Amino acid sequence: MTAAERHDTAPVPEIRSARSVRRERRRRSRREFAAEYRRQRAGVIGLVILVVFIALALLAPVIADYDDTLATETVDNPERQPPSGEYLLGTDDKGRPIIALLVWGARTSLTIGLVAAFLSIVIGAAVGISSGYFGGWPDTVLSRLEEAFLVIPQIPLAIVMVSVMGRDLRTIILVIAITSWAGSARLIRAQTLTVKTRMYVERARALGASRWHVITRHVLPNVMPIIIANLTLTVPIAILTEATLSFLGIGPFGGVSWGKTLELARSANAVRLGNWWFFLPVGLIITTVVLSFTMVGNALDRVLNPKLRER
Amino acid sequence: MTLRTVVRRLVAAAITLLVTVALNFYLLRVVPADPVATMTRGRKVTAAKRDEMRERFGLDESTVVQFWKYLRELARGNLGYSFQTGQPVTSEIWDRVPATLSLVGISTVLAATLGIWLGARSGWKPNGWFDRLATSGSMFFYSTSDAFFGLVLLYVFTQKLQWFPTGGIIDPRSDNTGIMKLFEQLHHMTLPATVLTIGYVGGYSLVMRASMIETSREDFLQLARAKGAREEEVRRRHAFRNALLPSIALIALNVGFVLGGAIVVETLFTWPGLGLAFSRALGANDYPMLQGLFLVSSFAVIVANLIADVAYTRFDPRVEIA
Repeated sequence: MTAAERHDTAPVPEIRSARSVRRERRRRSRREFAAEYRRQRAGVIGLVILVVFIALALLAPVIADYDDTLATETVDNPERQPPSGEYLLGTDDKGRPIIALLVWGARTSLTIGLVAAFLSIVIGAAVGISSGYFGGWPDTVLSRLEEAFLVIPQIPLAIVMVSVMGRDLRTIILVIAITSWAGSARLIRAQTLTVKTRMYVERARALGASRWHVITRHVLPNVMPIIIANLTLTVPIAILTEATLSFLGIGPFGGVSWGKTLELARSANAVRLGNWWFFLPVGLIITTVVLSFTMVGNALDRVLNPKLRER
Repeated sequence: MTLRTVVRRLVAAAITLLVTVALNFYLLRVVPADPVATMTRGRKVTAAKRDEMRERFGLDESTVVQFWKYLRELARGNLGYSFQTGQPVTSEIWDRVPATLSLVGISTVLAATLGIWLGARSGWKPNGWFDRLATSGSMFFYSTSDAFFGLVLLYVFTQKLQWFPTGGIIDPRSDNTGIMKLFEQLHHMTLPATVLTIGYVGGYSLVMRASMIETSREDFLQLARAKGAREEEVRRRHAFRNALLPSIALIALNVGFVLGGAIVVETLFTWPGLGLAFSRALGANDYPMLQGLFLVSSFAVIVANLIADVAYTRFDPRVEIA
């Protein structure tokens, strides 16, 4: 029941606090969002696939023993076994079951994907909002920097950075974030510029609202849809970058990841020896997960930024 | 287009180049590993020899002095000496440019042509059977890692079918010359070029599709129809031409991504270009080489984007560069 209907039936209007009105409005917009999202078929499929993979990553200890990913613990296992009843996806050249590498690798790869994308969007939002909101020389400096990072080729830069800064997980996440923020910064800057000129923002400023208030209460909520969609669309870039770095032998130090499993296929001569199970499952998983994030991101973009649909 | 916008683009490109050079230099000079120790690993080298090497590579001076010298040498086209071979980085890189240029060039032309064709057909009748097929195919290959696609092609075409060689640019035992030599090189190039082509078709087809959908709603198409143009003619002469520009611009934007992809593909297929040099330099901690390769690839991308920017405003007067 909306407030207007309530007014018709009840002679005395209910006195509602600003907070309850706000909560009601939020609840309604969430419902509308869910209904609208459900209409995006590809988005729903992508979401379901992602939930499955995240569940697999969380359930890794249930599916496979962590020791199975350690070459020192699997010396008694048969090597390079094709998929069979005992080893569902076969074993690698050190007797490790591929399935253990995949579910434990999912943890590393998804963590890298999500955390790096989050960091990347934080940098992008900070740069984009400051640049768009403050204008003037900060905008000039930040825009030039952004342009430089947009143009500098991502993979070569990431390679050079990792080769110098080291290969631990945190460094790799940081490197991926540093090499991928510029695209979102540009979009967020553009949106900030349009929000800044809206009447209610000017009114708030005229009423003496601080910069911080305007940025957190007006600009941020208005760029949030772009942030959310871009966050989702940056995850695939991060996952593929990890795969590329690992494939070139500079993946995260220690542990297993999808990229490192792909690299194993090369270093263990899987192609020449016909061990297709080294690379086929992991490659298809990377493709599926990347595709799913893209489908979810596109769906979010359509629902949250409806102007795109007209384009 | 005014001279002012061109100058502005040039200044922006120069700033980007400077950021690259600075980034590149400082990143590689704060290295934790001692390059001389790395270089001489496993060999007996006297202390005097080590010092001589440090001096030769300029590693014994302060960072600021090193940077200044580096800039000065850079201006002269000197990128230092490779730790692996002791040869000048410039000539090491120069020798490998043709291999990468041919691989990346052919793949880019094929990917752009195929992608634009797919996108134009898809976008003209969105949600038709062709669109569904082409768009889902584009999305799939766009989401695939180059390394994985390359491994699959290697497995199928060099092991199972044995149609293609597993790597290299030419068979060292062959004595082909002239046209036969060219055919042999093309034979070696087929698989790596396929990976780079299929991997990047998606970008072009998705952009072209969107642009075609947008253009197909424009009034001037109705005008063309009203003037009696056949539907085929409207599509080819009016819609296609107007929708083409964003995809052409994508070629320049993609140069950076394709070079990244070339590192993986050349490594996998031992194609003796810049990409393979990149991964070999990585394995050997050959910092001058890494530095040079990174700089050259950045330079290529910056120049490509500059050309695209200028060309864009020339061909489409509606675009005003900010």
